[in-house]
Amino acid sequence: MVLLTLLAVVTVAIVRQRSLFGVVILAGIYSFLMASVLIVLDAVDVAMTEASVGAGVSTVILLATLHLIKTTEMRSVRRHVLPLFVSAVTGAVLVWGTLVLPPFGTADAVIHKHVVPRYIADTIKETNVPNVVTAVLADYRGYDTLGETTVIFTAGIGVMLLLRGARRRGRTDREKVSP
Amino acid sequence: MSLDLILRVGTKLILPFILLFALYVQFHGDFGPGGGFQAGVITAGMVILLAITFGLKAAQRVAPRSLVERMIPLGALIFAGTGVVGLVMGKNYLDYSVFSRDPAHGHELGIFLVEAGVLITVAGTMTALFYAFVERGR
Repeated sequence: MVLLTLLAVVTVAIVRQRSLFGVVILAGIYSFLMASVLIVLDAVDVAMTEASVGAGVSTVILLATLHLIKTTEMRSVRRHVLPLFVSAVTGAVLVWGTLVLPPFGTADAVIHKHVVPRYIADTIKETNVPNVVTAVLADYRGYDTLGETTVIFTAGIGVMLLLRGARRRGRTDREKVSP
Repeated sequence: MSLDLILRVGTKLILPFILLFALYVQFHGDFGPGGGFQAGVITAGMVILLAITFGLKAAQRVAPRSLVERMIPLGALIFAGTGVVGLVMGKNYLDYSVFSRDPAHGHELGIFLVEAGVLITVAGTMTALFYAFVERGR
């Protein structure tokens, strides 16, 4: 509850903040809070990813981006009533959706009855790997992880093409000016 | 580039431990939380910290851009290639039981290879992204 309140406070602070540097730092704080929430929910693997990617690398890359652009957000000219309305309604619908979910940690929830018992019972026998999360990620759901790796590969190649192509053109311009 | 002595010495002290932690996360992923993705990000984090404190040149001596950019497809190829081995040996794609006579041991080995592929791609991508952004800013 404390963590969720802090998350809300940080979110409001991000929205109200004009300096983009502050926004990046607050987003890092948000990621760390989120990682703590995930630890409370016993999802340590996800918490680790959130802390390293969300709070670590993203913050650094966002700061590097700030180096390239202006660091103050422009004040908006008019009030955004419709976007506020849409996000409030979406949020309300999502909260309403959680009301019919089974309580957290119930053993007889639908999601725990499908393949989970088989994973928990057979992982050690079938893969010699005690961490079921790793076994599911890399073995039972190997296709999904292959897809994720391909996504990372594609994203990396894409960003490099965008940023480095432009850089090379910039350099030739500069070389023309100062031979 | 003149920076705090404390910062430099502190970074120097902490760097090997970051790498060690990344390797621990990678190889202990079978037993505890962690795996290729997290380990890759931590490895990239080490290179980024090095670049922030000692400058881009020092970081690129440790992880040259050509190496980092080759790691991106290499990891994906290791992952996909691990699947092809199963195909060649007459089983399904990504069926790791072909790696050893004991299927469970084969699965263990397959998971290890796949995680290594993920580590290489993620570490390469994250470092290459950082390099791309920083070099653009010059």
